[in-house]
Amino acid sequence: MSGEQKPTKPKESGSTSSSPSPPTLPAKTKTSAMAAVAAPQTGIAKEPAPPKFEKGLADQLTAEFGDLVKVLFVRPLRLKILVEPTNVVSVATYLRDTMGFDHAECAGGTDYPKDNQMEMVYQLGSYTNEDLGPQILMLAVRTNRDDPHLPTLLNVYKSVEYHERETFEMLGIYFDGHPRNDRFLLPEDWADLPPLRKDFRIKGR
Amino acid sequence: MMKDLVSPQNFNVMVSKLSDVLVRALDAPLGYAINWGRIWSLWPVHLETACCSVEFGASSSPRYDVERFGIIEAFGSLRQCDLIVVQGTVTRKMAPRLRMVYDQMAEPKYVIAMGACAITGGLFFDSYNVLPGIDSVVPVDVYVPGCPPRPETLIQGCMLLQEKIKRSKIK
Amino acid sequence: MTLSVGPQHPGSGHFRFVIKVDGDYIVYCDPDPGYVHRGEEKMCEYRNVIQNIPHLERPVIHDSTNVTYSYSLAVEELIGIEVPRRGQFIRALASEMNRQIYTLYWLAIYGIFLGHSTMFMWPAGDRELFIDLMEALTGARVTHAYNIPGGVRNDMPNGFKEKALRQIRYFQKRLKEYEDIFYNMPLFRQRTEGVAVLSKEDAIKLGVTGSVLRASGVPYDIRKVEPYDIYNEIDFKVQYMQSGDSFARSYVPFLDMKESCYIMEQLLDKMPESGEVRAKLQPNPKGPPGEAYRRVESGRGALGYYIVSDGKPRLYRVKISVGSFRNILALPHLLVGSRMADMPSVYWSLNYWPVEADR
Repeated sequence: MSGEQKPTKPKESGSTSSSPSPPTLPAKTKTSAMAAVAAPQTGIAKEPAPPKFEKGLADQLTAEFGDLVKVLFVRPLRLKILVEPTNVVSVATYLRDTMGFDHAECAGGTDYPKDNQMEMVYQLGSYTNEDLGPQILMLAVRTNRDDPHLPTLLNVYKSVEYHERETFEMLGIYFDGHPRNDRFLLPEDWADLPPLRKDFRIKGR
Repeated sequence: MMKDLVSPQNFNVMVSKLSDVLVRALDAPLGYAINWGRIWSLWPVHLETACCSVEFGASSSPRYDVERFGIIEAFGSLRQCDLIVVQGTVTRKMAPRLRMVYDQMAEPKYVIAMGACAITGGLFFDSYNVLPGIDSVVPVDVYVPGCPPRPETLIQGCMLLQEKIKRSKIK
Repeated sequence: MTLSVGPQHPGSGHFRFVIKVDGDYIVYCDPDPGYVHRGEEKMCEYRNVIQNIPHLERPVIHDSTNVTYSYSLAVEELIGIEVPRRGQFIRALASEMNRQIYTLYWLAIYGIFLGHSTMFMWPAGDRELFIDLMEALTGARVTHAYNIPGGVRNDMPNGFKEKALRQIRYFQKRLKEYEDIFYNMPLFRQRTEGVAVLSKEDAIKLGVTGSVLRASGVPYDIRKVEPYDIYNEIDFKVQYMQSGDSFARSYVPFLDMKESCYIMEQLLDKMPESGEVRAKLQPNPKGPPGEAYRRVESGRGALGYYIVSDGKPRLYRVKISVGSFRNILALPHLLVGSRMADMPSVYWSLNYWPVEADR
């Protein structure tokens, strides 16, 4: 990750995400991804009060990592956090070893051209811990859209291997440390933009 | 004229002329028999391209049983087959493989395009990875519409193909 | 020697994997999916919430009710609508019937690839009876488009309950015969028992799901763990086995079918006699900006939808997490070290449907 990232656009006005002020980070100029969380993160139609257990999980994470982890929403059985690319491996390791989220159910990226960013979300679940069984923790990490690089979570969660390969070819996010950033689902001679980027338009639509 | 032909230089020409005569002589009486044989031994390649393969499998189930029409669910080599049922969407990754399979089959060979996707792209007309119909890849004999076609429709398509073979000249 | 298995191969379906063999042993395996990749996630960006349903069920047309089930749940959560009670029951009933249809098709294919033609004919024939029921319920043979956000499309026809109960009773008898002819057959047992064992630790590490996970001794079923709709009122057991070999992976779906019969009986029993089956939706439904992740237990395991909306009628992003895509991660793990002749039994025991994995 180079230092000369484009300055990201300021936070959208309609945002009512649960932690209002962007946290100040000690690390270099890395506040960009955390600061610009787009409006679509606000919630669902009937936002219920955050339940006790999920609130406890969120509190445990904030107690451990402080400002490095930003809790985006706490809902029944769902919890979403946002971390910096530099911390994602350490947060994931903590989630696996201490909290008991032992596999990734799903992982996929979303393109946000408005913020000039791309978001990678890992939906983590647990098979071993009975309390965590129904919980899905969404670990989000954002990267710059011009030069999308993210550290791979393959060494923490083996189950993200094919999901990250798919994300590489669908969004063009390059996973540092992943052994195979190459073709997976698309034809071998694919020479267009990665298809899930927003500026890739289907012909005629 | 016969003298010219029966010389070592013109041997090939003679053979081709003779075979033409032979074919013409055989076509009328034996063409019917040969086509009859082809009709009742249509073996499809086991090449699935998309979700219509479910209905293709169902058509060989006990209720529909295409085997009674001489179409056997083949598990052999594609070199013994003479029918491709293109079962649904052909993607850009699958298209070269479909052509490769078609090229490797022995003559005579027939193609049935099964399902809306194989005919025009169907529901996936605007997808970036789907061919709008398989006509550009392989020549199609019978189109079977539906998304997916019911097994009865597929059987009807197969019978249309048999009708077509019955009327065709042997090569 | 390097071998390419598929996409034209009787044992592979629309899928290819490259294997390297040393003598009779497989030493390397690299799956190469994508032959049916139709870009459904991109297509969702061009259609509104309701228009998405027909093409989203195409990945698994013989399990189409379950595929749209979790999509409907996610959209309902996003938009904030409540499904009427009778609608929830019918939905769960349709989902269970579709599970039978899917598993019977899988069992038929599995049977014939292990050289057991009777096991193709019997499930393929019994499957038609469930298809008849679904046809009476929804009007279509396989592509039902029955689950929509807000409930189900139409109510049950008259006399459906009796017909369904008769079919379930017949099917329970048939299941016993399946067990005798297939699962207790010594040949089948020899080809599957002790083959390609997936240990509990590896299953958790690889994040496999559905019957593959439960065969390795993890009793994880979304219907029990995170009950959606009325599944918390239904009494059923999570079926699992400990051995983790090919036999367990093929036996767990069979146990699921058995359990599913009990679930269907209870659903028909407890269903309210009358009432609405569908909540009212505005013509072009749209939710506030937000996101939702919901999952159901499909025939192949957890099936989740992660949807992001930006407040417009068209969803901003739809990510489909399917059991098949997660389970192929176990294929290289299981095939490497096993013998070439075990390949069909290992591959099909993964309960893998390539069209779904490619989306």
